[in-house]
Amino acid sequence: MNLNATLIAQLVVFFILAWVTMKFVWPPIVKALDERAKKIADGLAAADKAKADLSHAEKKVVEEMRKARESAGDMRAVAEKQAATVLDEARAEAARIIAQAREAAQGEAGAAAQRAKEALRDQVANLAVAGAERILRREINAQVHADLLANLKQELQ
Amino acid sequence: MATEAPTAGEYIVHHLTHFNSTGHAQKAVIDWSILNLDTLFFSIALGVITLFFLIRAANKATAGVPGRFQAAVEILVEMVADQAKGIVHSAESRKFVAPVALTVFLWIFVMNSMDFLPVDLLPRIWATVSGNEHAYLRVVPTADLNGTLGMSIGVLLLCLYYNVKIKGMSGWVHELFTAPFGSHPLLYPINFLMQMIEFLAKTISHGMRLFGNMYAGELIFMLIALLGGTATVFGFVGHIIAGSIWAVFHILIVALQAFIFMMLTLVYIGQAHESH
Repeated sequence: MNLNATLIAQLVVFFILAWVTMKFVWPPIVKALDERAKKIADGLAAADKAKADLSHAEKKVVEEMRKARESAGDMRAVAEKQAATVLDEARAEAARIIAQAREAAQGEAGAAAQRAKEALRDQVANLAVAGAERILRREINAQVHADLLANLKQELQ
Repeated sequence: MATEAPTAGEYIVHHLTHFNSTGHAQKAVIDWSILNLDTLFFSIALGVITLFFLIRAANKATAGVPGRFQAAVEILVEMVADQAKGIVHSAESRKFVAPVALTVFLWIFVMNSMDFLPVDLLPRIWATVSGNEHAYLRVVPTADLNGTLGMSIGVLLLCLYYNVKIKGMSGWVHELFTAPFGSHPLLYPINFLMQMIEFLAKTISHGMRLFGNMYAGELIFMLIALLGGTATVFGFVGHIIAGSIWAVFHILIVALQAFIFMMLTLVYIGQAHESH
């Protein structure tokens, strides 16, 4: 427990060691610590951002899915409607064509019947005239009775 | 030791005597012509080894993933930096004060740790190497009052330096005479006296606290060694049990005293930054 010059020496050693620490130990370590803290902070921020991005993207996907489903439903409804319209139109067209054909056929059939009737009448008239001519050949002068015959023919028609 | 067994008293006194520049025990209480070579050798050697490892860690320090050793050093630096930040409110001063605190903590920690070596190991080796059976050697630099007071006076000088630097010479002198009781001519001498007592008490107690703890710890290790030295079954078992218990307990003291010395260093220097 005696005091001596060791005290002074220890005092000097104390300052030398402290100076060396200040010069060569403290700054690099503190710098590394600060840099690492910054790196970690940056990493955490990036992770947060990625997480936010992910949830945003997920929301977007859900939204897109919903939209797609909706538009698909719409499209089907439109297509169904269109199909129904096309079907109706086709049906109407078909009905119209059938009616037209029927009409045409009826008209033609009527005309043919008329023509046949007329032809028949002509033939009947001719036959009647021919018959009458045969009957009257000897007694009747053709020139005299030509008007009569024509009138008869006209009446028969 | 001597060929004839020393008495307990001789043993203790022998172990408490420094290996100094004169070669025999110091007679006067204060003698500025004497150097304790053992204290100087061990404190400088331990300081250099400590700094060697710290510098190695500092050179390898990167912002990447740290190794275990580097992480350990970084934890210490972080701890000291946090304490310094809370106590010394000047970023400029911290550039020096925080490294001082780190140095003090680690240096005292390793010096205190010399206590864990068997009390006779190094003195016996020294006696063999030096060829002098009665060679003195004390291996714990912090159990030497010169060592601890040297450091606490270093802290005092830092306090004085920062007092002048922060407050200016006139500001500090003004504070010396007006604090703590107030500015009145009648109070000037009392204030000044109080300030001087404060500085003295801080410094002495700072050094004495560490010295007392380590000295007492060392002494108890010697007493336990004496128990074993009786060469009886009781002494042998007692030495092992008491030695183990005290060594384990001493780990706490070693770390705690180093930490206390560091904290007080920061607190005293922090006080130098604050105006009353």
